[in-house]
Amino acid sequence: MNPSASKIPTLELRGVSKRFGAVQALSEVSFEVFSGEVIGLVGDNGAGKSTLIKCVSGIHPADSGEIWFEGRQVFIHNPKDAADLGIQTVYQDLALCDNLDVVGNLYLGRETTTLLPLDEVSMERLSLETLRSLSVSIPSVRTRIASLSGGQRQSVAISRAVMWNSKLVILDEPTAALGVVQSKQVLELIKRLRQQGLAVIVISHNLADIFEVVDRICVLRLGRNNGIFDIHTTKQEDIVAAITGAEFGLNGSAEGRSAQKGAKTS
Amino acid sequence: MSTLVDDPRLEAGKPSGFRAWLRRLFTETDLGPIPTIIGLIIIWTIFQIANHRFLSPLNLTNLMYQMADLGVIAVGAVLILLLGEVDLSAGAVSGLAAGVLAVLSVKLHAPGPVAVLVGILVGAAIGLLQGFWTTRFKIPSFIVTLAGQIGWTGALLYVLGTTGTINLRDKFIVGLAGTFLKRDVPHGVLIGWLVGAILVLGYAFSRFTERRRRRSAGLTYRSVWTLILQIVVLAVIVSGVLLITNADRGLPSAMIFLIAILILFDFITQRTTFGRHIYAVGGNAEAARRASINVTFVRIVVFILASMLAAFGGILAAARLLAANQSSGSGDLLLRVIASAVIGGTSLFGGRGSVWSALLGALVIQSISNGMDLLALPSPIKFMITGAVLAAAVTIEAISRQRREAAGR
Repeated sequence: MNPSASKIPTLELRGVSKRFGAVQALSEVSFEVFSGEVIGLVGDNGAGKSTLIKCVSGIHPADSGEIWFEGRQVFIHNPKDAADLGIQTVYQDLALCDNLDVVGNLYLGRETTTLLPLDEVSMERLSLETLRSLSVSIPSVRTRIASLSGGQRQSVAISRAVMWNSKLVILDEPTAALGVVQSKQVLELIKRLRQQGLAVIVISHNLADIFEVVDRICVLRLGRNNGIFDIHTTKQEDIVAAITGAEFGLNGSAEGRSAQKGAKTS
Repeated sequence: MSTLVDDPRLEAGKPSGFRAWLRRLFTETDLGPIPTIIGLIIIWTIFQIANHRFLSPLNLTNLMYQMADLGVIAVGAVLILLLGEVDLSAGAVSGLAAGVLAVLSVKLHAPGPVAVLVGILVGAAIGLLQGFWTTRFKIPSFIVTLAGQIGWTGALLYVLGTTGTINLRDKFIVGLAGTFLKRDVPHGVLIGWLVGAILVLGYAFSRFTERRRRRSAGLTYRSVWTLILQIVVLAVIVSGVLLITNADRGLPSAMIFLIAILILFDFITQRTTFGRHIYAVGGNAEAARRASINVTFVRIVVFILASMLAAFGGILAAARLLAANQSSGSGDLLLRVIASAVIGGTSLFGGRGSVWSALLGALVIQSISNGMDLLALPSPIKFMITGAVLAAAVTIEAISRQRREAAGR
């Protein structure tokens, strides 16, 4: 599953910076994620993880730096730009409507209609197909979200993110509110996303979860790259050290520098 | 009730026995409108015992005649409540529309249809203004519509001017509410049965079409007997209403308008993208926004629809009372409207309910006031009983919501 050098990354950030007033939230951050790869984005509170995904998903466009998507430079000004590229983000609050059923949520804002009435039959059939292909188990697709467990809700939110020809899925703390069994379900789901050839970015504070599903880990510290680590050659303590700043990851800063060469303010 | 997790405790921990079954029935099963229907039966039984004329065809036809305008306004209230908003101006808007209608028709001699149309357009304009104000400045709708309630009451007094009461004489306007199918329409009974049969057959056709489509798509579908039961229930209700009203003057036109509006808005809310978006905004506006639903558009359109329905309800009320005056749409009308929606099962907190709750709720509310009128109760007693019933209804809604949430629904 290791990305080869010749392959074009699904998403590549080159020296992305973002400033909020006096606060430099991101400075010259670079990393890339390939299709069929899960990358973990970790860092302490305030390290810039959320700001970074907001730059990619179009909520706070980056001030400077380049975003490349499937080999061409793109400009993401708003969430719709991101969605049009095939970038979907699942935030911690999941953004599901509790009062609607699973089908209603999967199709929220993308309802299929036959002339005028909603085409409930084909929406339900495709919902079932999607959930089955991801092995998501739910009592019935006509269950209201309110009666699902936390893990099932997370699974519905992730399924919705991958349903629409998405190429990159960003998951913000997907296991934060879940118990052990439910976390396991969601992690299995993330592995299936990788099998289906999606690029996945997972933000998490839980290093055990990160180590279970990701291929590489990108550490942010105080808004800067602080190392990109291959999961197979890294110990958990190294990541903790990189997050807290006890030690600097060598290969990470090297990658960061090389990426900065091409970076121009757009 | 299917369990969501394979946890043996869920099954093992369930107490057995009749009382436990009863408790589960009330806490875990979604009973829908059944408690309200039971309440209605109790109310009817009490009034029938107190006065044997209560359930006579004459009084039941009167009841339908009286509840239609309340029901129409309540449909608008349901739409607003589905959004998680509230419209306190509905009563005042209905009064203003009645006043505009009366002034146009009587003082300015406008033709009836024009007066009705302008009245409804006044409602639309008010809804647009209030919806825009609420969404643009992000002011809670109850403040905007509370201001509206005072403002539109003032507007009603302004258009009426020095005339206290304007009596309506225009045949078209009066006929809107008070055309009775048997008494006033040639072949009315036959037409009533034909339309009733078309409704039942149309319902049967759509249910069976849906079943066939789900079956061929490999989805779960209901058994034939469930569908037949539902269709028979509808057929019994339709023929019951026709038999009872035809034993008197026939179905009043106001009720026909209410039924048509209910069918139309049931379709809009349950079967269209726009209706789905109303529920989505009421359930989680932020989720709806992120799903690229134009939340502002949905809100403003619903405010417009609700105020148009309030205006039309006010016009029906004026047509029924043959007059518009300074107290049109005032008094306890607003509370009766919101109570109708809530008693029928629409949540005060958005995203749950159906337009049919307007029908059921209006039936309950109007049964109570009709029954008290029949018993000639003095005004203070009527006010106190109405207040107690409304408080009880909202309390029952709150309790059932808590239980629903406790059961995770």
